[in-house]
Amino acid sequence: MLESSVLESSLTELAQGLQTRQFTSVELTQALLARIDKLNPHLNAFISVSDQESALAQAAAADQRLAQGQATPLTGLPLAHKDIFCTQGMRTSCGSKMLENFVPPYNATVVERLAAAGMVNLGKTNLDEFAMGSSNENSYYGTVKNPWDLQAVPGGSSGGSAAAVAASLVPAATGTDTGGSIRQPAAFCGITGLKPTYGRVSRWGMVAYASSLDQGGPMAHSAQDCAVLLNAMAGFDPKDSTCVQRAVPDYCATLAANLDGLKIGLPKEYFGEGLHADVAAALEEAIKVYESLGASICEVSLPHTHLAIPAYYVIAPAEASSNLSRYDGVRFGHRCQDPQDLEDLYKRSRQEGFGAEVKRRILIGTYALSEGFYDAYYRKAQQIRRLIQQDFLNAFNEVDVLMGPTAPTPAFDLGANTQDPVQMYLEDVYTIAINLAGVPALSLPAGRSGTRPIGLQVIGNHFEEARLLNVAHQFQQVTTWHQARPQLAF
Amino acid sequence: MQWEAVIGLEVHVQLATQSKIFSGASTAFGAEANTQACAIDLGLPGVLPVVNEQAVAMAVKFGLAVNSKISTRSVFERKNYFYPDLPKGYQTSQMAEPIVGPGWLDLTLDEQTTKHVRIHHAHLEEDAGKSLHEDFHGMTGIDLNRAGTPLLEIVSEPDMHSAKEAVAYLKAIHAIVTYLGISDGNMAEGSMRCDANVSVRPKGQTTLGTRCEIKNVNSFRFVEKAINYEIQRQIELIEEGGRVIQQTRLYDADLDETRAMRSKEEANDYRYFPCPDLLPVVLDEAYIQHLQAQLPELPSQKQTRFIEMLGLSAYDASVLSASRALADYFEQVYQVCQDAKAAANWVMGELSARLNRDGLEIQDSPVSSTQLGQLIQRILDNTINGKAAKQVFATLWAQEGQSADEIIAAQGLKQVTDTGAIEAIIDEVLAKNTAQVEQYKAAEVDKRGKMMGFFVGQVMKASKGTANPQAVNQLLADKLAALLD
Repeated sequence: MLESSVLESSLTELAQGLQTRQFTSVELTQALLARIDKLNPHLNAFISVSDQESALAQAAAADQRLAQGQATPLTGLPLAHKDIFCTQGMRTSCGSKMLENFVPPYNATVVERLAAAGMVNLGKTNLDEFAMGSSNENSYYGTVKNPWDLQAVPGGSSGGSAAAVAASLVPAATGTDTGGSIRQPAAFCGITGLKPTYGRVSRWGMVAYASSLDQGGPMAHSAQDCAVLLNAMAGFDPKDSTCVQRAVPDYCATLAANLDGLKIGLPKEYFGEGLHADVAAALEEAIKVYESLGASICEVSLPHTHLAIPAYYVIAPAEASSNLSRYDGVRFGHRCQDPQDLEDLYKRSRQEGFGAEVKRRILIGTYALSEGFYDAYYRKAQQIRRLIQQDFLNAFNEVDVLMGPTAPTPAFDLGANTQDPVQMYLEDVYTIAINLAGVPALSLPAGRSGTRPIGLQVIGNHFEEARLLNVAHQFQQVTTWHQARPQLAF
Repeated sequence: MQWEAVIGLEVHVQLATQSKIFSGASTAFGAEANTQACAIDLGLPGVLPVVNEQAVAMAVKFGLAVNSKISTRSVFERKNYFYPDLPKGYQTSQMAEPIVGPGWLDLTLDEQTTKHVRIHHAHLEEDAGKSLHEDFHGMTGIDLNRAGTPLLEIVSEPDMHSAKEAVAYLKAIHAIVTYLGISDGNMAEGSMRCDANVSVRPKGQTTLGTRCEIKNVNSFRFVEKAINYEIQRQIELIEEGGRVIQQTRLYDADLDETRAMRSKEEANDYRYFPCPDLLPVVLDEAYIQHLQAQLPELPSQKQTRFIEMLGLSAYDASVLSASRALADYFEQVYQVCQDAKAAANWVMGELSARLNRDGLEIQDSPVSSTQLGQLIQRILDNTINGKAAKQVFATLWAQEGQSADEIIAAQGLKQVTDTGAIEAIIDEVLAKNTAQVEQYKAAEVDKRGKMMGFFVGQVMKASKGTANPQAVNQLLADKLAALLD
């Protein structure tokens, strides 16, 4: 059995191990399944773990490809998918009781592409129900623990993916990000996570929360890992009308470029009141590192930042209220016992199948779209969205990338915000505007507050994922935050 | 008081695409329940719609055919409501920015009257599935084969004032969509359905009365009856001191009445908003021009050509151009016989009467256009007379496969034009009817014309109808005149 030190390697290091025949994909898969078996009961990062037979069959096929010299850089590497990506023949629950019994007859395009690259699927990770949440406490399948501190949340909604990577249950996982759901858990769990430009990665088979904001992306230890993953995930998909038909660059090719002359903008709105002192200090250190790498720093303004959360909590719930109408107990998903009539079927199936936060957002969204309120809420929010987008475009006329905190605080305690939804929403204050603008952003580990990691957010212009990954990779060449692993006392 | 009805129609046309508007599933009618619904039609989690380009092209062609402004940018929106046969909990439709903008149609009501009807807009949307309430022992069955079938909803302005005008409009829409080949127009299978908005007001008043919407009327006849019923109901209601309530009503064909379904207060708030899964449909002028160039000759153009090139009356031209199949049949008859008026008379007269009697469509006519054309040719070249032609037509109708010439020969219907033969028959008839000849001689000059008819009849009878009537008339007149001298 492979040792922990090997299993805690990054995706890139494991790829080298496979390609130089230090171990096989079957050995790696076996070892990680055993590690999941041992650690997951303490972390609850997985909702479903692949059965050994199926995972080992994928690994054996990958080993054959490696032996035949037909491997891609990802062949034989294990991963996990956020349980919101449809997996053919494998339950896809979205963290909801509503889909406890839903087994999709198709794969998400992301799942399909990573499988085609030869990756081995070890299972489906926990999440806030239908990706609605910032702490992973909204899952029907229980709370996920932060591997760095079991009293802390892992962040959300892709908390299971972040925790699974942080604890080295898998070297990489997929996530989705509607208002920060890749970046904030990546920050809380000390890993690197990228939300690509809206339209860069296909949404086919990725169960919708808010269609105009949802975007899938990679989560792993390093920017280099994310670059390899994004190479396979990105690209046009005729099955998704919002997916952009645009060439995909090799995201690995530009990682090594130096940062001489890079212009970094610091949005002043991201460094104001409410920012935790440890986060502010960590950022200051990180900025110094970038200066030493040749970058120049200036302050910029994103003047509509304060409107991002209100606009988001109109648009996202509005779309969600419509997207989640299909869960009616008629064709699939949860159906109540002995419905008396149609209305009873609808009411009880949805009442029993959805959790409190999902219901809250459906109600908010339904209200915002109602006759007489549409102009005041939905239309106004769309106008704000355009202003926010313009803020970013203006900033990118002056600078190459923007930097700031991913979240205002390090991971907070489990239960700290569950009684106050608005306080919970404020956790996404620095991530939400990015989704409204559709631009790409990543979070990389850049410090710690006690045991709890701190994330640095790097934001780029549309389709500038390559630059973000380059900027993050150069930081990781001279720092070690991304190499740190939590001490797991079980 | 004099009342005026105000009518606007919403016509749903099922577009004849191979696959559904947002998925690759087939749209064929009549398959076993739920065999033509894919994951997208079922609204499974994670699926996404992609617009069928064919449906867009068909909508644009319709717009061009009714003189509409085509929107270079149109937007799909979601109409949200719960219903078991609506898989996603919303219908993807168009609302604020439809693909077809304002247009118009001119209808020919009769020889003297045309009617201008404005079209408000037409938009693309998906159909829902079907709820089946029978055969499930108190439960409801859902068939989603129809879910996602492309529909074009054509909304008129309230420009019509009688059921007759409404039917003429509906027939014109039917003609256009079938000419364009964008729908089979089969009303029995639901390929074309109609909602009628009806209100009444005192004649001369300009503001509109409160309207009722009659849902889902599925034949030309029922549209006429439902509207007439509804107009009468509203007039009687108001005259008795009542007030029309804005509501949705259903037409019951068995009882020939409309019944309230739901009132405005109970109406859904559909919470329309732009569908975030679909980008706006953006069309460039070149694409629209390309479709314009593909348009076939349309009913109104055909009508004009029939009048101007073939010399038909406006009414005949409008009847014959109303359906593409009828127009094609007529044109083929004309090609064979080369006489448009005779072809029109036969197609609209004898042929249409027989089709109506037997409940057949023109496509199913037992007499082909070639057969009819050849028959008319034989009338025109005097081989047979009109009476014999009807006999030949009846035989063509009853026995398939023969030509007019074969029937004429077999039944000995060839017209006798040989004057010697006709004279011999006349002589025979005059010899047999000496009393009538004497009466004729004694009669006043102005009575003789009528008496002559008797002799013509006798001669035709003696010739078994084959004598050329003009020749008989001429020769008989000569003979009788000679007797008077």
